[in-house]
Amino acid sequence: MSLITTLARLEAVSTGRARPTATVRHRHLSERPLVFVPLTTAGEAGAPLGALVGTDRDAPRLLVVPQPRDRDLRFAFLAELADVVLPYVEAYADAVEAAERTETDPETGKRVKVEVDLCADAPQLIVPSRAGADFVRLLGRSMRFRRTAEQDPGTPHPAPPRVPLLGRWLTHFGERARVPGSSLLLALTDLLSRHWATGQSGVEDQHLGSLLAWIDPPAGESGDAAARRAELARDADGQLLCPPAGPATDPAFDNKLLAPAIEAYDRARTALAAAEDGAEADDRFGALTAAEQRIRDLVESRTRPTWDAVWHGIDLLRALPEGAHVPDRWTRDRWSFTAHRDRITAGEPPQPRVDDAVTAANKLAAREREQARLDAQEALDDPLVMAGRRLAGEAFAGEVTDVVMAYSEGRRPSPRPLVTVRTEDLPHLGERTKVYRSLEGKPQAAEFVAQEGDGDGGALLVLRVLDKMGRGKEPEPGSVPEKGDRVCFTLFEHDQRGGPKLPDPEETPWTHGGPPGDPDAVPQPDPLTEEDVL
Amino acid sequence: MTAALDPHAGGGVLDPGAAAGRATDAILRDTLHGTHRGVVVDSPPGAGKSTLVVRAALELAAAGRPLMIVAQTNAQVDDLVLRLAEKDAELPVGRLHSSDTDPYDKALDARPNVRKSTKAADLAGLGIVVSTAAKWAHVKVDEPWRHAIVDEAYQMRSDALLAVAGLFERALFVGDPGQLDPFSIVGGEQWAGLSYDPSASAVTTLLAHNPELPQHRLPVSWRLPASAAPLVSGAFYPYTPFRSGTDHGDRRLSFAVPSDGSGPDRVIDEAAGAGWGLLELPPRHTPRTDPEAVHAVAQVVRRLLERGGAAVSERSDDPVPLTADRIAVGTAHRDQAASVRAALAGFGITDVVVDTANRLQGREYDVTVVLHPLSGRPDATAFHLETGRLCVLASRHRHACIVVCREGVAELLDDHPSTEPVQLGVTVKFPDGWEANHAVLDRLSEHRVAWRP
Repeated sequence: MSLITTLARLEAVSTGRARPTATVRHRHLSERPLVFVPLTTAGEAGAPLGALVGTDRDAPRLLVVPQPRDRDLRFAFLAELADVVLPYVEAYADAVEAAERTETDPETGKRVKVEVDLCADAPQLIVPSRAGADFVRLLGRSMRFRRTAEQDPGTPHPAPPRVPLLGRWLTHFGERARVPGSSLLLALTDLLSRHWATGQSGVEDQHLGSLLAWIDPPAGESGDAAARRAELARDADGQLLCPPAGPATDPAFDNKLLAPAIEAYDRARTALAAAEDGAEADDRFGALTAAEQRIRDLVESRTRPTWDAVWHGIDLLRALPEGAHVPDRWTRDRWSFTAHRDRITAGEPPQPRVDDAVTAANKLAAREREQARLDAQEALDDPLVMAGRRLAGEAFAGEVTDVVMAYSEGRRPSPRPLVTVRTEDLPHLGERTKVYRSLEGKPQAAEFVAQEGDGDGGALLVLRVLDKMGRGKEPEPGSVPEKGDRVCFTLFEHDQRGGPKLPDPEETPWTHGGPPGDPDAVPQPDPLTEEDVL
Repeated sequence: MTAALDPHAGGGVLDPGAAAGRATDAILRDTLHGTHRGVVVDSPPGAGKSTLVVRAALELAAAGRPLMIVAQTNAQVDDLVLRLAEKDAELPVGRLHSSDTDPYDKALDARPNVRKSTKAADLAGLGIVVSTAAKWAHVKVDEPWRHAIVDEAYQMRSDALLAVAGLFERALFVGDPGQLDPFSIVGGEQWAGLSYDPSASAVTTLLAHNPELPQHRLPVSWRLPASAAPLVSGAFYPYTPFRSGTDHGDRRLSFAVPSDGSGPDRVIDEAAGAGWGLLELPPRHTPRTDPEAVHAVAQVVRRLLERGGAAVSERSDDPVPLTADRIAVGTAHRDQAASVRAALAGFGITDVVVDTANRLQGREYDVTVVLHPLSGRPDATAFHLETGRLCVLASRHRHACIVVCREGVAELLDDHPSTEPVQLGVTVKFPDGWEANHAVLDRLSEHRVAWRP
C-alpha cells in the first residue's frame, strides 16, 4: 500500500467516511452496461442457483434454477442466460468503423498498414465483486466445450443451441478482465476501491454493502457504523439484512430458507411424476408451480438488494468525470472485442483449456505492458494519483526558475537547454536519471544534471531537455519550459515499448517442451496410487 | 543424486580447493563432451560462478564451438566481457548492446579484442558473443549457435528463456537457486502449476521438461567467511549444503580507532569479532523509510569509515584498508535505499553502494550493512518474507554483516505464519521465508546490541 493510500485510509477511519483516492474516473463506464448478479449453490462449484441480469435498472430479468443439482434445469438456466447476454453482445458486433492496423505481410515479411473493421463500441459486463468475475470465468469454462445436438448428433447430453457460444463469450470477458485497465468485465468492488479508500481492510472492501456504506452512508449515519450494519445486522429470523453480493450465499439463508424450499420443490416434483390422472396432475402441478415460485421469491430477495447496490455504485462512479486516457484504453477493449468477434465468425474453435507456452508468455508480457501503461496514464490523468507518485519519490512538480540555452556536441549541434526547477518534492534522482513530462500528450525526456538546496527546504533541480524540440538549431516555440512555468516530471516512462516477438507455438523450443500436442486431446487421469485405494 | 553432487564424495573430506576443482571438472566434462542438450549448475553465493562461466567459455571457444552468452543485466554482461578479455587478450569477443545512450561500460573501449555492435550480424564469426537476455530476444538467426551459456539462470524468467532458446542448440545454465526468484508486476496465478509457467524461473521450466539433464553443484563458497557459510547454508540451502573455502581465523577485521561506546561502534566491534552484528532499535511500527533506522544505518556506515578499518584475508598478508568501495548497504525497497543514500550524503559519504536486494545480487563486499526487510512492519507479506531477499542480503560479505532492525520481528513472524495459497502442481520451495527468517534471526540475536538513538 502506498503512503498516500495509507494516509487516506487513516483519514477515513478518523472521519468515518471513505476518502477519494482519485479525482477522475479511471475506467470506462458504458452508457448501457449489462449488470449480472449471479448466485451459486453452496457445496457444488459452478452450479448456478439464479441471477438477476439486464441493462434496465428497473426491470432486471430473474433467472432461477429451482433444483441446482438437476442438469437439465441448469441447462435451461444457461439457455435463458444466453438469450439475455448474446443479443446484448451481438448488438455491438455489427456497428463498425474503419480503422488501420499494422500487419506483417505474409509474402514480403514487411510491416504494412491494412484497413480493418473496428467495432464502434463494445459491450460491458458489470458484476458486484471479484468473486462474481471469477464465476463468469467458471461459467465460461463450463460451457464453451459443450456440444449441441446440431454440432454432434451423437452427444449424450446435448447443450441448448447457444450455450457453447455464451461460454466462449464469457471466457473472453473473463480473460480480458485480467488485463490491467481493461473494462469489458468490471467487478464493482474493485472499481469502487480504486476510487475511494475506506477505513477497513482490502478483504473487507470486497463486501459491496459495507464498501458502499463507507462511501455513501445513509444520512445521519457514519460510514463505519453503516458498514458494520451492512456486514452483520440480522433480522428476527437470523437473516442478514444486507445479503452478501455473492455469488456465495449466507449459510443461514441456505439452511433455514433455501434448503426447505428446495426440498418442498423436490417433493412436489416427485408427487407430480406419481400423479395417476389428469385432475390429480393439475393439482400437483399447481403445487409444483407454487414451490418453484417460492424459490424464485427467495432468490430475488437475495439478489435484488445487490442489484440496486450495483446501480448505486455505478451512479457514484458516473458522477466522476472520465480520465483523459480512458477512451484510449477503451479502444483497446474494442479491439479485443472485435478480434474475438472475428474469431467466432471465422469458425475458430473455442479457447483451449490451458494456454500453450507461447500464448501464456505473450499474455503475461502484454499484461505487464498494460500495467505499466495504466500506472503511468492514471498518474498523468489525475493530480491526486500523481501526488501519490510524487510522495513516493517517483515524480516531482515545481516551478521553472531558470532556463539556460545549451547545445549538444557533435557535427550538428542540437538544442539541449538546461532547465532549473524548484520543487519541494523529494524525487529519487541519480546521476543522469531520465525524467519525462507530458508535452501536448507526448512524453518529452530530460535528464537529471545537478541538484542544490534553495535554502528554503526545497531543492533546485537542473535538468537537460533532450528531445521534442524539432529539427532546427533553435527549439520550436513552446517546446522548452519557460521561467515561471509550472512543470511536473515523472521518473517513470509514459508509454511502453513492445516486447520481442516470440516464436510461433509450432516452433516452441526444447526448453519449453517443444511444440504443443493436440489441443483437443483429453488429458489422461493421474495414475492410480496406493493412496487412492483405501 | 549423483556422486558429482556430493561435496564429500570419495570417502574422506576433501580440502575445499580439491572439492571445488573436482566439481568444476565434472561440469566442464558434461558441457564439452556430454550428450545432453543442457547442463545445470547450482552455485551458492560466492562459489566461483563467474570464474566457472569464464573458464567454460574459454574452453568452448578453444574447442572451436561458436558460443553465445546470455546474462540478465548490462552490468553482468560488461563484467563478463571484461573478465573474458582479461583472461585472454587475443580472443575476439563480441558485445551485443542496445541502441540506448551509454549502452555498455566505457572500459570495454580500451579492449582491442572486444567488438561492440547493436546488430548481431556485425558480430558474426566471433568466437564468443555476449549480451543480455532482453537484447538476445530481438535477434533473428538462420543458423543457431552451437552452444550457449546462460548466466544467472535462476533469475531469468521462463518467458525470457522462451524468447532466446531458439538461438542455440545446447546450453550450460548457471545460477544460484537461493537468490531472489524472478517476479512479475501482474498476477500469473492463471499459469501456476503449468510446466512452462511464464513467470517461473527459466531453470524450473527447463528441468520440468527435461528432467534427465545433468545437475551439478559448486560445493564451496569462497566469499562467505567461516562464520557465515554454515548459517547461510543451513537457513537457505538445507538440502544442498556448502561450506566456506576459508577457516575461522583466516580473515580478520580490525579498527584503528577504538569504540566510543555508542551503539553503532559496539555493533561494529561485535561484527568484526563474530562476523555478524544486530543493531536493535526499540520496537515501533514505522513507514518503510523509518527515519531512525535509516539514520542508524548511515551512522554505522559512517563509523565504519571513520574508524579506519583494515581487513586481513587469504588474498594478501598485509591488511587492506576498509574503504568506501568495500562497503555496501542493502535494503528491501528502493525508497529505503534512496533515504539511506540521502542520509549518507548528509554525512558527506557518496561513494558507498546503497541498493536493493535485487540489484545487489551477484555483488561482493567486505562489510555489508543491512536494513532488515521486516523492521518496523506491522505485517509480514510474501514480498518481505521471500527467502531469496534475505539470502541475498545476508550473503554479500567477505568479513562481516551488520543488520539494523527494530525489536519485535520474532513476534511479527509468529503472528504472521505463511498463508500463501497452495497451487496445485507447483513444487513447494524449501525452506519457506518464515523458517529462514527465524533461523537467521536466531543466530543474529546472539550478536545483539540494543541501541536507543
